[in-house]
Amino acid sequence: MTEQLDAGLVAERIAESDALGTPSAAHEVGRARRRKEDARLVTGRTTWTDNIQLPGMMYVAFLRSPMAHARITRVDTSAARDRPGVVAVYDGRDLADEQGSLPCAWPVSEDVLIPDHPPMAVDEVRYVGEAVACVVATDRYRAADALEAIEIDYEPLDAVLDMTEALTAGSPRVHEGASAGNRAFTWRFSGGDIEEAFRDAPVVIERTYVQQRLIPTAMEPRAVVATTDGDSFTLYSATQIPHVLRVMLALTTGIPEHKLRVVAPDVGGGFGSKLQVTAEEVLALLLTRRLGRPVKWTESRSEGNLTAHHGRDQLQRIRVAADRDGRVRGVQVNLLADMGAYLMLITPGVPLLGAFMYNGIYKMDAYDFTCTGVFTTKVPTDAYRGAGRPEATFAIERAMEELAHELGMDPVELRRRNWITHEEFPYTTICGLTYDSGNYEAATERALALLGYDKLRAEQADRRDRRDPVQLGIGVSTFTEMCGLAPSRVLGSLSYGAGGWEHASVRMLPTGKVEVVTGSSPHGQGHETAWSQIVADALGVPFEDVSVLHGDTAVSHKGMDTYGSRSLVVGGVAVLAACEKVKERARILAAHMLEASADDVEFADGTFTVRGTGVGKTIQELALATFAAHDLPDGFEPALDADATFDPDNFSFPHGTHLCAAEVDTETGAVRIRAYVAVDDVGSVVNPLIVEGQVHGGIAQGVAQALFEEAVHDAEGNLLTATMADYLIPAASDLPAFVTDRTETPSTTNPLGVKGVGEAGTIASTPAVVNAVVDALRPFGVNDVRMPCTPERVWRAVTEAGTPADGPPVSGAPATGSSAAGSSAAGSPDTGSPDTGSPDTGSPDTGSSTTGTGAGTGSEGGDR
Amino acid sequence: MPRTSLTVDGVRYDEEVEPRLLLVHLLRDRLGRTGTPVGCDTSNCGACTVLLDGVSVKSCSVLAVQADGSDVVTVEGLAEGTEWHPMQRAFHEEHALQCGYCTPGMIMAAIDLLRDDPDPSEEAVRAGLEGNLCRCTGYTNIVRAVRRGAREMSRPDGERETAGPSATPGPGAARQETEGQVRTP
Repeated sequence: MTEQLDAGLVAERIAESDALGTPSAAHEVGRARRRKEDARLVTGRTTWTDNIQLPGMMYVAFLRSPMAHARITRVDTSAARDRPGVVAVYDGRDLADEQGSLPCAWPVSEDVLIPDHPPMAVDEVRYVGEAVACVVATDRYRAADALEAIEIDYEPLDAVLDMTEALTAGSPRVHEGASAGNRAFTWRFSGGDIEEAFRDAPVVIERTYVQQRLIPTAMEPRAVVATTDGDSFTLYSATQIPHVLRVMLALTTGIPEHKLRVVAPDVGGGFGSKLQVTAEEVLALLLTRRLGRPVKWTESRSEGNLTAHHGRDQLQRIRVAADRDGRVRGVQVNLLADMGAYLMLITPGVPLLGAFMYNGIYKMDAYDFTCTGVFTTKVPTDAYRGAGRPEATFAIERAMEELAHELGMDPVELRRRNWITHEEFPYTTICGLTYDSGNYEAATERALALLGYDKLRAEQADRRDRRDPVQLGIGVSTFTEMCGLAPSRVLGSLSYGAGGWEHASVRMLPTGKVEVVTGSSPHGQGHETAWSQIVADALGVPFEDVSVLHGDTAVSHKGMDTYGSRSLVVGGVAVLAACEKVKERARILAAHMLEASADDVEFADGTFTVRGTGVGKTIQELALATFAAHDLPDGFEPALDADATFDPDNFSFPHGTHLCAAEVDTETGAVRIRAYVAVDDVGSVVNPLIVEGQVHGGIAQGVAQALFEEAVHDAEGNLLTATMADYLIPAASDLPAFVTDRTETPSTTNPLGVKGVGEAGTIASTPAVVNAVVDALRPFGVNDVRMPCTPERVWRAVTEAGTPADGPPVSGAPATGSSAAGSSAAGSPDTGSPDTGSPDTGSPDTGSSTTGTGAGTGSEGGDR
Repeated sequence: MPRTSLTVDGVRYDEEVEPRLLLVHLLRDRLGRTGTPVGCDTSNCGACTVLLDGVSVKSCSVLAVQADGSDVVTVEGLAEGTEWHPMQRAFHEEHALQCGYCTPGMIMAAIDLLRDDPDPSEEAVRAGLEGNLCRCTGYTNIVRAVRRGAREMSRPDGERETAGPSATPGPGAARQETEGQVRTP
């Protein structure tokens, strides 16, 4: 009784004060709201994992293998233990009994070989950078110092670096005793009669493309803090997947799941690189368990380049059969995918995510796909922005470009003849996916207009006629992708170890404010803002009255986290579903309080009103009423809060048309992007500002693969691009401004009408850029330039192709001033951008007025 | 052990430091100024950029002892009370950050850039920021933000936009809240 009275008193005071929010009629979804997240980020009040300092915290440093493949024959850590500040030193044998094996959650086939993967190597190392020992010390400097005192003897074994050689019978084996040699798995998929499609096909295009190895490079290096009170454990990690990580760590370490809390504080980007269960996370937990003290490990960038998983690294053989009129009959793909030394969380699944996308947006009679995963003595590959889909899109869009050239057809026209028309949606593809909606015609028309396609084609012809040393190329990429991972049943059919649902809770606080708990785990995507917009509209509360909580398993107990462009289309929809449940409960309460039938109560703009009267209750009043709980319907729980778990019925299929106009200096090999136009269709848009930002960043990463980035190993398996000085992340001076626009064809498979956007730009842009480079060089007989299209590679392609009789002259050597063009081995890391040393190409303004200004002309490498 | 005396965001510190201690680790691990992050170990990324006596430096490439007698301003020292620096507001308004890890360094470098060129062209901004890497934004919005910040900083104090957070969108908000538009840089 007393308790109830107190609560009532509090409720009265809240009601009398200004604290109780008022409904909002503002339409939030679709507004370019500035982000709530920014306040802490622009002022430096963030909580990056490395910012966390706990009393008594120790620092961990890892000694790492200097060899790509070797047997560990002797380890002596005794001298290191005597170094100042050192608390403990362990090698793999010390931890062998408790460290378990790092998990692979995607055993793609029955024949898949999942080798034991100790977090710290015990007997054998299989890539440069693999952890072999660790030091725990009082500060980071002392921990690093003591590593020098550890002695390890290695017996070298043969490195295995080339996928094709690795599959030969005589190849040394990455995993001794593996009956399948270095083959991790073979996975096949087909639709239609591929033999029939190729039989008597008038045109067959056959190409091999190299998807170079990439280093994802989120700006925040990985970091882990682990602590225990002796009973339960807390792990802070720069991770994309706190929920998945918690489950996996419980299974790996034996710490019961309910005794383990995982927190992803502010996380500085991921791009797939933090979609992982890492050796360092497992080891940090083991160390805090052993020592009873908090430990922290933060990688240096060089350490991260060596040891955080890499991306791409596939060898793609694609064949396209077509009729003379351009109609595609069938596509056959044979893929080798470099797994690296072990199968990590979804390593073998990455190429499968591309398997259903090599048909792109096109209709065809048959499709056949075979992928072989191959072990090499390199750091494992795993998800990197797009994960499988950029590879697939690159291959089909490059092949379509080649087919158009073969047929003498405009590449846009070829696509028109093959794409699914907007009247044909929903359309079930040869791969069995049902694309719910799209309008490829509209996006393409808009993109062509924005670029000034015809005018640039005319300029291209003019430059060819004039034999201009700077040739112009126009690259086309009309893409779609499957994202919004994913319907759980489909994931099950692909042997993935978990579902694809997402969870949300909506809590109505007594003062009418709203807490939203999401199982998505943002690391730059702006969920706090976008989810607030969804909730504001759904509940009719002010945008400012919504807080979004995430990234802590103690706060958000259930989640599937953030990757695969899934957050909005799965997690955002879960938030909406939870809001609907809140509203249904509130409607019952409102009817009770208004003495009306629930059927007669309408909801609009945050107020429940009896139909035909002006009498109503705001959602804030109803929230307060459940707090007081003095007058509720019989049997009504005193709460409006609701949980929802949403499992999508289908993938999400954003699409778009990306066009790149590139100037290629045939004398220096320098490539300058003169204009880049992207028209994306991501369905309905919650926040256009965030969508535009995602597209911009995605394009930049796709351009980076096309022109700049490659992880390069030497013949012994040493990573030559182990620092940011050697692995060329593009700077502002290396990229143009991007012109972006959208068409909106709402998704029909979720109530928000939204489609994923996080990976779209990356998936679309790489082939657009390479198609532009190749298009510029067609007069020289060049049909391909391997990525990244560095000045050296472009120059060599021009030089080695020779000069056709009617083509432009091939003249000169690479510009001596260009360090990139002058660097030695193919694939060597560039120290400058392709723009470095590029002469002024004259008239950047001659194109369409909508084109962006190509940047970087004359820019120098500076201190990079 | 050597001593270093320096001012960080208006507070004077006297610290005994190892000669090898990097300024950024002094700031982060000793002084708790964690607003300045570390993104690499080769001074390429610029995330750790601070102003040292008014000039931008990468604090991973400065020894703490080198900062002796200096005035250090980090991103945490830019705002005046609750009022953000115009460059902080510009980054917010132009959506020039996503994960935000590069943002402190990007803002500090941008402020330094404007010392020499108070009204930089797009090309000048791109060239001036080439020592700062961002992996999220593709730079288009960063360039817009720096130019917007420059315009704001050149206006007399009374005419500037009011304080920061999103409650009060600036004049650009209306323009950008139009959907589906194409902006030419």
